[in-house]
Parts: sequence; C-alpha cells; structure tokens
Amino acid sequence: MAGTATRAGAAAVRRPHPWLGFLLRRLGGLAAVLVTLVVVTFGMVQLIPGDPARALAGQSATEEQVTLLRHELGLDRPQAEQFGSYAAGLLRGDLGTSFQTGEPVAEVLAGRLPFTAELAFLAIAVVLVVAVPLGLTVAVLTRGGRRRRLDTGFTFVTGLLGAAPEYVLGTLLVLIFAIRLGALPAAGAETLSALILPVAAVALPTSCVLARIVRREAAVVLGQDYLRAARGHRLPALVLYGRHALPNLLTGTLTMGGLMLAGLLGGTVIVESVFAWPGLGTRVVEAILNRDYPVIQGTVLVLGLLATLLNTLVDILLGLLDPRTLTARSHP
Amino acid sequence: MIRWTKGLVLGLAGLALIVLVGVVAPFVWDEAATRLTGAAREGMSAAHPLGTDALGRDVLARTLVATRLTLVLTALATLIAAVLGIGLGTAVWVSGARVREVGLRLIDVMVSYPAVILALVVAAILGAGGPAAVVAIGVAWSPAFARLTANLAASVAGRDHVATARLLGVPPSRILTRHLLPNIAEPLLVLISVCFAGTLTALSGLSFIGLGVQPPAYDWGSLLDTGLEALYTNPGEALGPAIAITLTGVLAGFVGDGLAESADPRRAGPLRRTGKAVSRAAAPAPEVPQDALLVAEDLRVSRPDGVELVAGVSFTVRRGEIVGIVGESGSGKSLTAMAVARLLPDQVRAEAAVLRLDDLDLLGPAPDRRLALEIGVVYQDPAASFNPGLRMGGQITEVLRRHRGTGRAEARRRAVEALESVGVTRPEARLRQYPHELSGGLRQRAMIASAVLPGPRLLVADEPTTALDVTVQAEVLALVKEINERDGTAVLFISHDIGVIATLCHRVLVMYAGRVVEELTVADLREGRARHPYTRALLAATPRLTGPAGEPPATIPGRPPAPAERPSGCAFAARCAEALPHCAAEPAPPVPSPGGWAACHALATKVSEGAS
Amino acid sequence: MTLAAENVTVVFGHGARAQTILDDVSLTVPTGTTTGLVGESGSGKSTLAKVVVGLVRPRSGRALLDGADHAALRGRSLAEARRRIQLIPQDPYSSLNPRMTIGRALAEAADPRRADPRAHAAKITGALEAVALDAAAAGRYPHEFSGGQRQRIAIARALVTGADVLVADEITSALDCSVQAEVLALLAGLRERLGLTMLFISHDLAVVRHVCDQVAVMHRGRVVEHAPRDLIYREPAHPYTRRLLDSAPSLSLEETR
Repeated sequence: MAGTATRAGAAAVRRPHPWLGFLLRRLGGLAAVLVTLVVVTFGMVQLIPGDPARALAGQSATEEQVTLLRHELGLDRPQAEQFGSYAAGLLRGDLGTSFQTGEPVAEVLAGRLPFTAELAFLAIAVVLVVAVPLGLTVAVLTRGGRRRRLDTGFTFVTGLLGAAPEYVLGTLLVLIFAIRLGALPAAGAETLSALILPVAAVALPTSCVLARIVRREAAVVLGQDYLRAARGHRLPALVLYGRHALPNLLTGTLTMGGLMLAGLLGGTVIVESVFAWPGLGTRVVEAILNRDYPVIQGTVLVLGLLATLLNTLVDILLGLLDPRTLTARSHP
Repeated sequence: MIRWTKGLVLGLAGLALIVLVGVVAPFVWDEAATRLTGAAREGMSAAHPLGTDALGRDVLARTLVATRLTLVLTALATLIAAVLGIGLGTAVWVSGARVREVGLRLIDVMVSYPAVILALVVAAILGAGGPAAVVAIGVAWSPAFARLTANLAASVAGRDHVATARLLGVPPSRILTRHLLPNIAEPLLVLISVCFAGTLTALSGLSFIGLGVQPPAYDWGSLLDTGLEALYTNPGEALGPAIAITLTGVLAGFVGDGLAESADPRRAGPLRRTGKAVSRAAAPAPEVPQDALLVAEDLRVSRPDGVELVAGVSFTVRRGEIVGIVGESGSGKSLTAMAVARLLPDQVRAEAAVLRLDDLDLLGPAPDRRLALEIGVVYQDPAASFNPGLRMGGQITEVLRRHRGTGRAEARRRAVEALESVGVTRPEARLRQYPHELSGGLRQRAMIASAVLPGPRLLVADEPTTALDVTVQAEVLALVKEINERDGTAVLFISHDIGVIATLCHRVLVMYAGRVVEELTVADLREGRARHPYTRALLAATPRLTGPAGEPPATIPGRPPAPAERPSGCAFAARCAEALPHCAAEPAPPVPSPGGWAACHALATKVSEGAS
Repeated sequence: MTLAAENVTVVFGHGARAQTILDDVSLTVPTGTTTGLVGESGSGKSTLAKVVVGLVRPRSGRALLDGADHAALRGRSLAEARRRIQLIPQDPYSSLNPRMTIGRALAEAADPRRADPRAHAAKITGALEAVALDAAAAGRYPHEFSGGQRQRIAIARALVTGADVLVADEITSALDCSVQAEVLALLAGLRERLGLTMLFISHDLAVVRHVCDQVAVMHRGRVVEHAPRDLIYREPAHPYTRRLLDSAPSLSLEETR
C-alpha cells in the first residue's frame, strides 16, 4: 500500500501537472472515438446485405436506375476511395443530401438537433437534481438498519418507476395529465409547458435507478474509515455529508451511473414518438423506414457525438471530484 | 449459495406466471385476439375488459397472446448479449497484456454508448423487423457482459488460489471451470436479469417506434404504439401493454435485486436499532482517583440482538497517563476505545454507569465543540482515514476552523507547526497534497498532528501502528511518547501487540472476550509479574528477540468463545491450565495487587491459601 | 532439495516507469534447513518468493532447485519440479477457492487434472491429520474455518503434493498472537518430521528467530545481510539490520538496549 502511494507520488512529481496528462489521454481517446464513429456510419451502407444500390432504389426500380444510383453514390468506386471522399465531405460539413427530400442532411439535422438536445440536457439536469439528494438522504436516514419502512418504500417506488420504460411512462403521463386532467399539452414543442411531460417521462425512470445507485454508493461511503474520522471532527450534518460524503459517493455513482446519462439519449430518441417531438428521434425513424441512408448516417454521427460529449463531461467531473482518477489510466 | 429473499421469490414466481401465460395464451385466446368484430375502438366493458382496437379485436386477448412473442424475442436478445459478451470478455481476458488493455478500453467505450444508437444502426442495415431488433439489442448489450466478465475474471485471477492452482500444474481449462467461472457466476446472473429487463424495454421501444416487430405480427411494444393513437377514445388499449411491459420489468428487477443482495455479503442480515447510541446503565459508581481524567464504569457495548461485545468494563485514565489496552481480535478493545470517543458504528449501542472526560459527561448530549477539541483520535489505517478527495490542509485544520473559529491563514500556520513537530518534511507543500500522494508513515504522522492540533486532553489511538513497518512504528511510538511528555496529553492506546504496549504505556489493561481480565503497571508486565493466566499465556505465545531461539513460542489451546457463547464466569476457563471446576460458572473476583488487579478464581484461591 | 536464487534481478514496468524490485539477489537455502527472509514492505521479499516458485520470471539470474534451473525446464519435468516446491500465500482468505470443498482443494493438489477427492481420500485424511485437523474437514467449505485453520489447510495442501520445499510468505502476519504460535509450532513439527527445506518470509524479526536456522535481511531489493540466526541477533553487521532490531518493540527489561 505504502509502496504504491510512493510510486504514485513520484509520478505526480515527475509530471508537470496531472491535468495535462489527463487532457492528453482524453484527447487521444476522443480522436479514436471520432474515427470509430465515422467508420461505423460509413460502414453502415457497405454492410447492407446484397446490393446496397438495389436495396436503396427499391424493388420497382429498373436496372438503369440502379446503375445510375450506384454511380451517384460512388458505390462503384473502390471502398478506400469512397471512404476518403466520405471523410473529406464530413470535414467540409457536407453530410450528403436526403434521398427522400433532397435537402442537405446538415440542414435537416440543424433543424432537429436543438429539440433533442434541449430534451436530453433538461432531463439530465432533472435526474441529477432529483437522484443525488434523494439517494443520499435515504442512505443517511436508513444507515445501520434504521427506518425499515422508509427503506422498503424507497426500494418499492424506485423499483416500480425505474422499471417503467420512458415511452410507457410518457404514454401514462399523457393519459393522466393531458387527457384526464387537461392540464398540460399532449404533443408538440411550441410552448414551455409542452416540455414538462416529455422531460418528466425521460427523467423519472433514470432518476429512480440513479437514486438507488446513489443510495448504495452512499451506504458504502458512510461506512468508510475517513467518514468515521470526519465524524470525529464533530461537524454539522450538512458539512459532514456535503463535504466528506458527497464528493466521494459521486465518484462511485458517476463511474457506474455516468453511462446512464448517455443512455438517456436513447430514451429521448424513443420518447419523441410519444409526444410528436420534432427532434432527431422522430426524424431518424422516418429515415430508417424510408431507407434514407444519408439522414441515418448523419443522425447516428450526431447522436454519437452527443454521447461522447456527455461521457467526456462525466470524466472531467470525475477528475475534479477525485484527484486519483487523473493519474489512473481509466476508471478505477 | 443463493439466499431466498422475499423479493427474489416474488420475482421468480411472477416471471414463471408470465412465462406460463406466454405458453398458454396463443392456444386459448388466439381466436379472440384475431376475430374482427364490428365494435371498433370500444371502451372498457365486461365483454372486453380493456376494450377493442381499431378493427374491433379484443385488446386483453391481444395483450395476453403477445406475451409469447415478446418473451421469446427478449430471451433471444438476452442470450445473444450474454453469449457474445461473456465470450468476448473471456477472450479479452485470456489474451496477452497489450491486447487485453486495448480490448478493455474498447469495451469501455462501447459500454458508454446508448444501446439505442447501435440498434438504429443495425435496424438501418438489416431493415426494420423483429429479427433485426433482436440482433441489434443483443449486440448492443454485449459490451456490458464483456466488461463485467473481463473485470471479474481479472479480480478473481488475482486471488492466491488461482496462482496456487497454476503452480500445482492445473491445466488452464480446469482453472477456468474450477476457479474462475464458479466465482463469477453470481454477478453474471444479476447482470442477466438486469439485461432481461433492459432488452424487454428496448425491444418493445423499437416496436413502439415502428422499427421492431412488423404487422401482422405483434408484441407489447407494437400494441402500445397502436394504443397511443387511440388514447383519447380507449385508454385501455395502451394500458394493457403498458402494464404488461412494466410488470415484467419490475419482476425481472426483483430477481436482479434479490440475486445481488444474496451475493453481496455487505447486505447480509439487516440489523435493528434498539435505542440511543450511548445510554446510562444502572450501577453504583465506586471510588475514582482524584486526578482521573477519563472515567468509565461498567461500560457495555452490545449488538442489536442484545449480545454484549463489551461486557462491563471499568477503568480510569489519569491526567498525563498513557494507558494501553491489549487483546486479541474480538476482545472488544477497539469498541471500548470507540465508545469513549463516541464514534461507535451505527449498528451497536453502548451504555455505562459512568463515562466522563473530566467534567464532560460522555453519556449525555455532549456539545460537539467540546468533543472535537478535547478528544483527539488516531485510527488504525492512515490510508483509509483521510478523505481521498480533499487536500490534507483542509482536513487537518478542520477542527480548528470549525470549533475554535480560527482564521484560515492562522489555522494553516498552526498546521505547519504541528506537522513540523511530528517530523513531517516540507509541511507547507504537504498541506496542498492529497492523501494518496503521501507514504503510509507520513500519513500516520499527519493524522497524529491533526489529532493533537486542537490541544486535546485525551488522545485515543486505535491500533495506530498496525499498518506500519516496524521502523516507522518505532518512530510513531516515540512521537506519541514525546507528545505525552511535552503537552501532558493523556493517551488511551489500543494494540494487539503486547510488545508495543510494553514499550509505550504506563499502565496496561488486558482484555479477553469483552472483559478486562487484568490491570497492571508496565513495570510489572515487563518484569514478569503478570498474574492472570491469560496474560501469562499471551506473553508466552509472543515471539521474542531474546531467550530460547529456534523453537516456536508456547501455544494456547483452543480459541476464544464467540460473543453469544461466553460463559457467565471466566471466559478463559476452557483454555486455562489452572482452571478450577467453578471458573466458568461464577464471575471471577478481582484480586488486587500493588499496581492493579487480576480477575481469577485460581489466583484468589492461591492468595487466600497464602494468607492463612 | 536445495533452493537457490542466483543473481536474480527483477524489473517491473518499462522505460521511465521501470522499477527495479530485485537487484542482483543471491540466496541459498540448504537442504533440510529454514532460512528466514526479513524485510519491510517494498523490500522485494515477496517478489523473491514468486521468483523461486516460478510465478515471476526474472529479467536476469536464475532460480535453482538442486542446481537445476526452473526456466530451462519444459513440460513434464517442469511440472515435476514445480510440485516439489510449494508456496503458502499470506492471505488465508484468498488462498482457498470459496467454491471448492477442502477435500477437493487437496485432491486438486494431489491430481491437478481430475481433482477427485474420493480417489485420494487416504492422502487427504493424512494431510489434514498432519496439520491437526479432523478428517471431516474435507467435506466442508473454506468459509466454515477461521483464519488460523485456513492457514493450516493451505499447509496441508502443500504437503499433499509431496513437496519437500516450502515457501511461506508472511503466513502468520494476518493471525492473532496465540493463533500464530499454533501455526509456528505446526510448521516446526512438520519440518522436523518431514525434513522440509523452507524459505520463511516475514516482516517480524522476532517470529523469524523462533523458526529459522539462517536469516537474510532484505532492504530495497537487495540482501544486505545473511548470517546464521544466533550471530545476526547477537552481532548484527549491517546498519539496517541494527535499525530493524532497535525498532522492534521490547517486551522485557533485558531486551532493552
């Protein structure tokens, strides 16, 4: 134990700043992820079983039409060349044009992305604001086997709501608040009040699952020696839990629950269907049903970038919360 | 080894019922589910409990019939995810170090992407439909299995029994099947049930947005999709599949929770609290020396089930005195110390006739300020007892800043002085460092500096040198002695090592099975005047640097009784060479000596014989 | 069997992160004797144990059993050599597979391929009796035993292989004083009865003094002193050995220097 600590200390001395190494590794990782994303979206069309051009043109198209399409798409050129021009297009911001509507894909996405991003980031904010205090509070109140009833109630409610998929919850919310009570709009994105139900539908299940993770991590942290030592400093509860427990439980929570924040994007994509939300989700479903490949490629690319952004944010947060993760190679 | 908790049983029984529905429903209700009636989009009624759909088909029957397809697809996707993932994880783990590292990071990245994005890609390639959705979701979940398998395998492979098996010449395939897989099976089972719930949700979600099961086939997700359109006219059409999806997910969650709980030793056996943390026991207070600083009379620490871990301990610590408590694991020495410091774990409770530090009553609602300033605590594991996320400076000065109201600059100046006085080099720089950047010895010095900084009247040290190397231990012991001599701080020092106690302390309490069996001066201990048979046996069992070499120290037959099995008399009787017939039945009387006392029947008999 | 390490150097990591754990270490344990290897954490004593049993490959130097190099052996002769030298690990909680009965664990040591407890019942009972455990222990799982008992089971496992060299790596450091005495007594008895050759690793000079004929002191990857037991405690030559001896807590007056 002492040996490792000394070694880590020596490493910290040798490097000018731990954040520099961290940043470099992160950037390297980001580059690798970007290349992977581009390869995946490019490969998507190549992997279509049979003749992609025939699949794209549809069964009714003539042989000439198919040949023409193949040429237009460059599918008759060597794959390396195809990839080169695809990547070069991406660098210019050219994502191709929609088969279906003829619009530039970049424009299509630019019109849709803000709605999806709005929904996803609001939901993430709600998740963090609900789950972390809730989980920590329940952990503190039920520590050492106190308040069995609260424990059971918390487990039951979060278990139930956490198991309800976003789209099911969305449907039920519409049923109750829009149709029965008429209090909130059931669809559309025109007004601020139209945001409430979609955000609730996306955020609630994840909040419940994360609250359980927070609670479990908090229970672990509350049993640590350093928390006993902090208790020995006789601090007020808010300082004890806020300063000594919270940051450490967040590291545990984020290493496990950070993935869920990116996963929330998936929930957003599906929930958009419930509320006729004009985001990327509804558009990409349409594109897949119409085999509109440029739009699918563009959407996957953008969603992948969003997920990367979220993962990077989580990593930076981890680095801020726990200095040990900066020198570690990946999550502990 | 699975414990059958209520949730696990409920979850499994519920899932079994749903599987039964999935098997039976298509035979029984298929006709009702497909028959077109004139009654389109009717509300809930006796004939159609959930109403009818746009073509007049019974929604309840359709929901029940859809169970089979939904379950089959979900199970297939889970199977793909598990087989692919576990295979990948094993492959990554058995390959060379380089490949393993790259593979693990790749899996890490894959896990961090939402399954839905990958599902969209697969759906785009294979076209919308049930099989494509199954492949998509299965593939999307496989990295989670791969990561868990690789991580678990790595952690199990690091255990000594695997290394031993390799040395014995056990073939690699047998190591996998005998030593690795059985030890990682439970977490994988938990993940399988979590994955089942997740794939159910995701598959139904794909069907719901039109990318999964295509008409005329239908699953819960596609039923929910058509139900959404009819939400205004017949809410039952959406309610049926919504409830089915959620219920199945909840039940799978129960199974996952139950398995995780039964695999996690931390959660074993919930404990119930019975009362306040420290309360007063009813017993008269005997005489106490004039210069006593800490007084404990009849201190008891018990588990929630009432079993006493510390069974009536009385002692005093005088001003400026170092009192050592020595005992083996389970003797209750640390609990005694933590009860004094009011830092007992949540699960146990303490009571006493008297427990006070000078004029501060430790049984009542003692003010935090006085507790923090008057009792300093040094813990066993300096690596674990500093908060890893905070710099040393903030942690060392916390008590001064909070309870003395000392300013930041002044507190840091005094922290630097304190660190210097305990022999920490470059103290200013240390304050800016994180705990993990210091060596074990430095951390323990910093811990002592932190404990004595507010100028406590009593220092409670709980095995502070156990985690340290012998040369560092000697330095830390010298440090504690120096603080005691310089500042007159009284010390309650806990150790399992009677040598350490003999080196440092003035007076010694020997604990065995929750009781103090002997109290003696350190001079008596060092000069071989210990009188209790346990103390003498412990001394004989301790390896020494002098005396006969080349042969092992004397042994003590048997082992201490478990807390619930302690006799009402002397707990050492069963192992004692001098035990008399009544030793275990009757509490041993304390036999006084010039410097202390020993609780022993045999000794009492000897003394009374000597007197007569 | 004589156990020897010859100019063993072990380096972990590469390039700037490289760390020399063992620096040209040579050590011989003559047949039928016990050598104590003493050092503090990070001194390299556990790594040396792993080198002599073949778990860690040295960058240079050799580990010898009766003059034969481990690393040069292949196939059956390697397996044979490995079975004659057994490592008893420090942590009694990780050294036994929680999912295998004691009988099966011992059967695996007797026959690594099949590990059938019934085929080796006599051998298993014999080994358990040798470490003062009941034959019924064979049917039980590790979690039913205390730390000291587990350590005895680990010793029994080493005996089942017919090993004549034992490498004991801090096997009593996790145990209570009275339990430690039991394990030490057990080892002493076995050593005498079976003529075992033993490398006994410990951080505690006092423990080593009770069980060893020779003592080697390690410091920062090197053996700084190696001498017969009585000599090293009476007249420590190296300043580090003196420091270790001075640091050890003293229990009686005559020990105070």
